[in-house]
Amino acid sequence: MSANSFAIETNVSCNTLSGNTRMSSARLRSAYLTETKFECLRALRAPAFAIPFLLLPLVLYVLFGIFLAGSMSKGDATVARIMFVNWGVFGIMGPGMFGFGMFVATERGQGLLTLKRALPMPPAAYLLSKLVMATLFSAIVMATIVLAAVTLGHSPLSAGQYAAISLVNIFGSLPFCAVGLFIGTLASAKSAPAFANLAYLPFMHLGGLFYPLPKSVQPLEFISPAFYLDKLGLRVVGAPSLDQLASGAAGPSSHATPMVCVVVLTAVTVMFVALAIRRLARVG
Amino acid sequence: MNNDCPNDCLAELSGVSKRYGSVVALDGIDLQVRPGELLSVLGPNGAGKSTAISLLLGLQQPDSGSARLLGRSPLLLETRRGVGVMMQEVALSPELRVCEQIELVASYYPDPLSPDAAMEMTHTTVLGKRPYGKLSGGQKRQVQFAMAVVGRPRLMFLDEPTVGLDLPSRELMWTVLRELVRSGASIVLTTHYLEEAEALADRVVVLAKGRVIASGTVGEIRAVVGHKRIACSTSLSAEVVGSWPGVQKVILERGRLQITASNADTVVRRLAAADAEFQDLEVRSAGLAEAFTELTQETTQEPTQELTHESNQEVAL
Repeated sequence: MSANSFAIETNVSCNTLSGNTRMSSARLRSAYLTETKFECLRALRAPAFAIPFLLLPLVLYVLFGIFLAGSMSKGDATVARIMFVNWGVFGIMGPGMFGFGMFVATERGQGLLTLKRALPMPPAAYLLSKLVMATLFSAIVMATIVLAAVTLGHSPLSAGQYAAISLVNIFGSLPFCAVGLFIGTLASAKSAPAFANLAYLPFMHLGGLFYPLPKSVQPLEFISPAFYLDKLGLRVVGAPSLDQLASGAAGPSSHATPMVCVVVLTAVTVMFVALAIRRLARVG
Repeated sequence: MNNDCPNDCLAELSGVSKRYGSVVALDGIDLQVRPGELLSVLGPNGAGKSTAISLLLGLQQPDSGSARLLGRSPLLLETRRGVGVMMQEVALSPELRVCEQIELVASYYPDPLSPDAAMEMTHTTVLGKRPYGKLSGGQKRQVQFAMAVVGRPRLMFLDEPTVGLDLPSRELMWTVLRELVRSGASIVLTTHYLEEAEALADRVVVLAKGRVIASGTVGEIRAVVGHKRIACSTSLSAEVVGSWPGVQKVILERGRLQITASNADTVVRRLAAADAEFQDLEVRSAGLAEAFTELTQETTQEPTQELTHESNQEVAL
């Protein structure tokens, strides 16, 4: 024991206390960067999270978007473009809604959020790191889908269009992150996936991503952020939506102009982030 | 050391009450943490220890009274940069390695130790590369301890730090804690291990039912209760000795009587008179455990009845 004490004595003596409570801007930047780095790292290391959200969009796009839709439309270029945009939207929804929702709910339930609130973690670093993590996943998803389109899908778009759609979709993951975040602040770790699905499935199907919606259901499209993001992407590549394609080349004129889409997606993001922050401030 | 804090205290609850619905968690308590001391907060479950700590850390707001940390509001980020924390029942991300967890917490502080130095100090260097999720319960506590010290805080809140540690690791942590206090840090330690408070604490605060029922040095707390432990080999039965005035408890242990008494001198004289042959006499001050049991029992409704009941039980053994 005395030998131990001696060793420890020398160790602790380097621990002259820090009376400092002011962070230099470099230290503060490092706090944000470190939080973000480890948030991304741990999400990538969690195979149960990473694999479904990275592989599923790719596999489904290749199967349905490229091969099935390709053979059904006999290689129609317009259909190929629509498929690329739609599956891209599908791909970025998952990490945002489930990544945020499950991680926040789990960390609330397991006391990690409480510990971080007791520690001097900059509160914005918490949300920002998760946002970057979800965005990173969206970027990886988009990269894989672009790769598949170029190699297997006879490359329906120009390089500029791929870049534009990727950007639109990566930014377009924000409203889904916001909804996921809000779910994470409400639900327990066990119920968060169920609640996330409760929003995810209607968003996906009402977004008109996979099939033309019947006329009677079309008014409901307006509740899905995916619908607006999809419209925005289709505008970029100059393709009609599946609904428009199904109802004839002319198609019904849509109320969803690019401006309306941007406003709606921004509003959804702001509203759900605000709700979530209010709820986090109250219950932790 | 601390100019902006009145009365020189690092953390302070004054007249703080907190209730959850109809349950009163804290009932107008005053609590001060002074510079350079290790304060141990003791109390049974539900006494209000954790509530007191979370009020000091700004995790909750008092219903009345005020909580101050380093002379400021605990809600300020800047205030908490001077504080290290080790909580109970926190699940850290299992995917991150030990050194990464420590690096992450270090990034929150203005002037931290390097993760390597923190690991060396807390004897967790060998765990550095391992994923946190693969550690044993005790190893996790050691890593959380490293996370509490890495920011070089003036004040640390350690909630049951040695739960799940094996004996050598516990001794090591104790030694580090003593060294930290010697180098000027203040520590608030809640514990169920009374010998831990006894071994480490400069001052002890005993909470029960949301009130401070005693505070002072370990010696002072013992003196409040003033019990001694008498052990001896005698032919007298536990029942007989248990009936003597001033005797609180008698246990027969490996042929020896273990007597807890408030008036040790009288009891020893009576022992000698009743059994001239008694052997192996040993008299010592009762540990904090006895003092603590006594103090928390006094706050229950009928203390005398409960004590009698307890001594009867132990005599029967």
